Amino acid sequence: MTAEQALADLTEISSQVEAAALFDANGTVAASTLAESEPFVRAVQDLLAAAAEARQGSLNQLEASTLTGSVFVVRDGDSYIAATTGPEPTVALVFYDLKTALRAAALEPAPKKAAPRPRAPKKKQEADGDAA
Amino acid sequence: MRRRLLPLLALLGAWAAGIALLRRTTGRRRERVDLYFEDGSMQSLSNGAPEAARLLPLARAALDAARGG
Repeated sequence: MTAEQALADLTEISSQVEAAALFDANGTVAASTLAESEPFVRAVQDLLAAAAEARQGSLNQLEASTLTGSVFVVRDGDSYIAATTGPEPTVALVFYDLKTALRAAALEPAPKKAAPRPRAPKKKQEADGDAA
Repeated sequence: MRRRLLPLLALLGAWAAGIALLRRTTGRRRERVDLYFEDGSMQSLSNGAPEAARLLPLARAALDAARGG
């Protein structure tokens, strides 16, 4: 599944997700539901950097809840997915959907040549005794 | 005597229910940032905490960026 497909599935499944973006640790965007994703990803990276300063430890999920909506971020290795929702989302459900989308995007297969079809096993030649 | 007390008790009950409802709704809509770490620990930073005061404006900026604001 491509990153675009993973996000398309996410927005189809989760009615709570308003916008989402898949990006790596350098901020390179793999896919986004936004026409202009860079300002959003940059703002999320600023949020993650500030959160990392707030407490020592390896952060793998974040939810910032404001009166106008929430920002969710899920990390898996060097891959990130960030999403926005309206106010008072179903937190566990949104996290679950984001993790699923991130995992699906990570499973994107590398393009490769079609493997040769295995040959059908040769039929055993009838025993010579057949003719007899 | 009982007839006089009844409206007063009803008024007190309605007042208490109103306060409870108000506390419940305002409490639920409190701004906060929840951080989940790889070791399974979680930290919730409520509005008012110095860390939250720094993180919440960044979250609002991310929301604005996503909404084209």
